Amino acid sequence: MATTSPNVVPGETAGTRAPLVLGKPTFGTVTEDVSSIAEAKPTPKYLLGLMLAASVLLVMVGSLAKLVGTGVGVWGLDNTVFWAWDITGFVFWIGIGHAGTLISAILFLFRQKWRTSINRAAEAMTIFAVMAAGIYPAFHVGRVWFLYWVFPVPNQMSMWPNFKSPLLWDVFAVSTYATVSILFWYVGLVPDLATLRDRAKTRISHLAYGIFSLGWRGSHRHWLHYEKAYLILAGISTPLVLSVHTVVSFDFATSVVPGWHTTIFPPYFVAGAIFSGFAMVITLMVIARKVLSLEHLVTVRHLENMCKIILATGSMVGYAYGIEFFIAWYGGVEYEKFVFFENRAFGPYKWAYWSMITCNVIIPQAFWFKKVRTSIPAMFAISIVVNIGMWFERFVIIVTSLHREYIPSGWTYFYPTIWDISLFIGTFGLFLTMFLLFCKFLPVIATSEIKGVMPQANPHPDHHDDHEDVETSGKGGKLASAGGH
Amino acid sequence: MSDNHDHAHEAGPPPGTTPPPEGEVWGTMGLFETPEALYHAAEEFRDAGYKAIDALTPFPVHGLEKALGLKPTRLPFIVLAGGATGLSSGIALTWYVNWDYPLNISGKAPFSWQVYIPIYFELTILLSALFCFFGLWALCRLPTFFHATNRHKSFPRSSDDGFFLTVEAVDPKYDAGKVRTLLEKVGAKEIEEVRS
Repeated sequence: MATTSPNVVPGETAGTRAPLVLGKPTFGTVTEDVSSIAEAKPTPKYLLGLMLAASVLLVMVGSLAKLVGTGVGVWGLDNTVFWAWDITGFVFWIGIGHAGTLISAILFLFRQKWRTSINRAAEAMTIFAVMAAGIYPAFHVGRVWFLYWVFPVPNQMSMWPNFKSPLLWDVFAVSTYATVSILFWYVGLVPDLATLRDRAKTRISHLAYGIFSLGWRGSHRHWLHYEKAYLILAGISTPLVLSVHTVVSFDFATSVVPGWHTTIFPPYFVAGAIFSGFAMVITLMVIARKVLSLEHLVTVRHLENMCKIILATGSMVGYAYGIEFFIAWYGGVEYEKFVFFENRAFGPYKWAYWSMITCNVIIPQAFWFKKVRTSIPAMFAISIVVNIGMWFERFVIIVTSLHREYIPSGWTYFYPTIWDISLFIGTFGLFLTMFLLFCKFLPVIATSEIKGVMPQANPHPDHHDDHEDVETSGKGGKLASAGGH
Repeated sequence: MSDNHDHAHEAGPPPGTTPPPEGEVWGTMGLFETPEALYHAAEEFRDAGYKAIDALTPFPVHGLEKALGLKPTRLPFIVLAGGATGLSSGIALTWYVNWDYPLNISGKAPFSWQVYIPIYFELTILLSALFCFFGLWALCRLPTFFHATNRHKSFPRSSDDGFFLTVEAVDPKYDAGKVRTLLEKVGAKEIEEVRS
């Protein structure tokens, strides 16, 4: 094999599927590599990063204090554009969360074993993204202390919420999503928390990990219940995650605002959510695998697979953008035609529209080339571009539809205030602070799942049954010897 | 990183954590180094007629329940009950609030079930997930602060790279000597009888 293809990634053999873990790890070294991250003393770099993130979190706290102290008027909203950066931020963060559930649930159902390296961090990202998202509707109600009115609790007005409103469906969808994501994540964490408990060297860590691991001892009778529970949670999370962004899109689609009132919104929103979420996973994992020295567990193969999903979902989003224009023309409604052809693409917000098209449709097409898909700097840059593009998508949908509605006398141009901007920046502080704390205190990789997909985990190494890596290495051997002739 | 791995388990229990005083004999535990060895050992014990056998492993070993002769879990029925509870409570909730305080929204009848489908769906999912979560721990009899198996000196390896076979004293065939002999025969190491 003197001639190696230039496209082959280190650790990969031409013509075979790359192994899920690189090097020759044993069960013990996997435990050690992952657990030692949570056990090590925080480095100065980590503390500096945490302080920076926490400072940005304080920006969020300050912005919310100003908002609650003064009122929603501190934002740049007016009677025409009554939803802008707040709902954009809500949809942006909820969408990012969706990739975590997709990786943990849908790829699990499809038996995509490569998910095991990234699912823990992606699920954590989901939970923190949903927290960041929840801030917006919770505070947009203005008097946040009356937030319990959105839930059907008996109250002093003896009134109930309007169950026919998509905004109430959203309350149910997002709170169910947050709850189920946390349960799913925690169930996955328990065996790995038991590992940290069994390695604990101090009383406090032994007690803390002991309590949260619930006394898990890896009994096979328990594993039987556990694996079934995991499968069921994956099975019910899959329709749940699709329903959440569907219901989010209903907030718009059930209204009669031109540019919102379309039936393509649910699949279009779900594809966009997965698109942006995978981009965020790449952004975070490229940094985390480097900083935490996990390059042999989160390999280029994992990242490349995510790039492929970004390419697929990005193209779906591009198709949806096209279909919106086609239907606006084909439907023949004057207002729809105005929104798309005159206002959105060539109106005062054309800068936002074309930024969105460039970031979401054009640039991700570079992932057709394997060189780009396997280049860490390239995918890191594109992942950030995609997230910028997806923020613009929500902004374009929301603001360009509202700022010029039916009555021209109500037309305005939306300008964000400093408090719109600071709250959005601040939610990144919340997200990053939580993620950094997660990296420090919890196992960032699902060690029990990684061990289960290693070749030596198979109790029947002599039968080549459903273990893809055993099979492909056998095939690879044949191919390699054929190449050597 | 991996060079200090062997020392990880030599530290013993963390300071200040003392196990409870010893009680009755719980059973015997033997340690295996690979999932394969554990699997074959489990088959031997199953074929010898032991019923109260189990394994402690760092990850679910594929198909081990066959070697141990275990029945499938009842968890799906618990989840089904959760889903049914969620759906019926959703129907009851939307019916009750529209009877208690009818709202005329876009001319729809107070109880127009079609418009409540997202609510029914989300509550079905929510209650299924909660029943699944709590049902899992109830079936496992967890959480617990202590279990007899924790007394084995290599127990921490069960969450790292060790594979234990356990035979409980409640098994009618249980005889400490015979169990130890069979465990030795199938290649177990660190065979210990543990007390609860």
